[in-house]
Amino acid sequence: MSAYWIAFNTILVKEIRRFLRIWQQTLLPPAITMTLYFIIFGNLIGERIGEMAGLDYMSFIVPGLIMMSVINNAYSNVSSSFFSNKFQRSVEELLVAPVPNWVILWGFVFGGVARGIMTGLIVTLVAVFFTDIQVHNIWVLISTVLLSSILFSLGGFINALYANKFDDVSIIPTFVLTPLSYLGGVFFSISLLPDFWKDVSAFNPILYMVNAFRYGMLGVSDVSLVSCYAILVSIILILTAYSLWLLKRGKGIRH
Amino acid sequence: MNLENYQGPALSIRGLEKVYDNGFRALNGIDLTVQQGDFFALLGPNGAGKSTTLGIVSGLVNKSAGTVEVYGQNTEADWFHSKRLLGVVPQEFNFNQFEKVGDIVVTQAGYYGLTAAQAKPRAEKYLKALDLWEKRDVQSRMLSGGMKRRLMIARALVHEPKLLILDEPTAGVDIELRLSMWEYLKKLNEQEGTTIILTTHYLEEAESLCRNIAIINKGNIVKQTSKRDLLSELRVQTFVVELIEAKPERPLIADHRCQWVDDQTFEVDVEQGKGINELFDAFDKLGLNVAGIRPKSNRLETLFVDLVRNG
Repeated sequence: MSAYWIAFNTILVKEIRRFLRIWQQTLLPPAITMTLYFIIFGNLIGERIGEMAGLDYMSFIVPGLIMMSVINNAYSNVSSSFFSNKFQRSVEELLVAPVPNWVILWGFVFGGVARGIMTGLIVTLVAVFFTDIQVHNIWVLISTVLLSSILFSLGGFINALYANKFDDVSIIPTFVLTPLSYLGGVFFSISLLPDFWKDVSAFNPILYMVNAFRYGMLGVSDVSLVSCYAILVSIILILTAYSLWLLKRGKGIRH
Repeated sequence: MNLENYQGPALSIRGLEKVYDNGFRALNGIDLTVQQGDFFALLGPNGAGKSTTLGIVSGLVNKSAGTVEVYGQNTEADWFHSKRLLGVVPQEFNFNQFEKVGDIVVTQAGYYGLTAAQAKPRAEKYLKALDLWEKRDVQSRMLSGGMKRRLMIARALVHEPKLLILDEPTAGVDIELRLSMWEYLKKLNEQEGTTIILTTHYLEEAESLCRNIAIINKGNIVKQTSKRDLLSELRVQTFVVELIEAKPERPLIADHRCQWVDDQTFEVDVEQGKGINELFDAFDKLGLNVAGIRPKSNRLETLFVDLVRNG
């Protein structure tokens, strides 16, 4: 078996073991938060809203809420874990070992993917208690979750490389991810927006992820599927190249 | 990678330079060679460049210029093979405080390409050798300082490197643990043939363990030689003599610099090349009954201070 594959597996297993060890902080909160979203937005407010894009409101928001969990947890897992490795200097275990930068990167990224998928499944399970879960296209569902969690895991990795203190890894989720998620079509169809704001929304990558996932579940989307995949893949390629460049320079991890 | 026929040095550094982003020049083109099987000390005051040198060799610090080879493998061109040959024990604790002891060692083995089936027996071997096997399921943050030091050694050895680098391995460690770590390192060097390089502020440690020494100061190697040759540069050695009975008159020893500490203890210098037998003749003539005699300070310490002050 290739040494690189073993090293990749080692990093991945360590990352999964980490978030399972602290499941009360990593897996439980999304279940509780999303339950509250389903009750308040789905049931209480949703009954007054009625339909959105031809669907009952609860069915409309389920895909967006699942994706929001996937995105936030994939990002947070990598940003907090890698920064914690930096802070405790345990990242040096990897730097002295014969592990190439791309293995380090993908080990942590897929740790984020694992947590993103796991929380997505947990939120889906919670959603079962509120509405019927539909599957319009399973391959779109799987590919969207995978690509979205990879993208945001890469974002979390870059955040962690630049971060110098713990506050630095909570700024992006609080001031960037949350607003983009809320404005990314999770709770409303962008067809409701005036044209100007509709055009502005086109620059929000989360819009494409939410809509692709909504298409996979319900067969409806505000944007074309081709655009969704093009944007996801392009951003992943850019972030991958940038991450590897930062690692080669030793940004945040080496002198 | 077949090293059976390799006859060259374990570590070869040529023209190594390091200038940090803030402009500080830590290394000025140093050359250093450590032979296979050696037990080598790299000494120097704080800020001399020891940790920078070891950091570059181990891949934690990017170099500005120069080449580094570990068992003939260039650390840039052949980084994969050179890193596999190297084990690093840093000065500061650098493991995840919430991971268990056993997991830390097995995980490190995984980074070196060892499967779980290969890693677990090795982890057991080294944790037992370093008296940590009973703590294998304990989170590392619950260990004492000495245990944490031993854990770092076990972690560095799990992939059985040919070259082991230790940065101040016994800093802050009690005497009993220091002696047991010395014994273990000596055994590793003599029986397993592991080349060992250590940095230390305890010159007694370098003098006890090492066969060859380099002294670095302000980014330059000021001396690299065998311990024997280095100690032979000592022109004078001071001995502390303790008497059975006090001598209030405090007589002086002819032809030797002598200084009384109290009525029962004095220090006397012996020049390079002169034995101490004539001292005992002098003691007899003066009626001094000697209870004990010992070197005043670590010999290497005297030389080191001289070299660093004048470097």
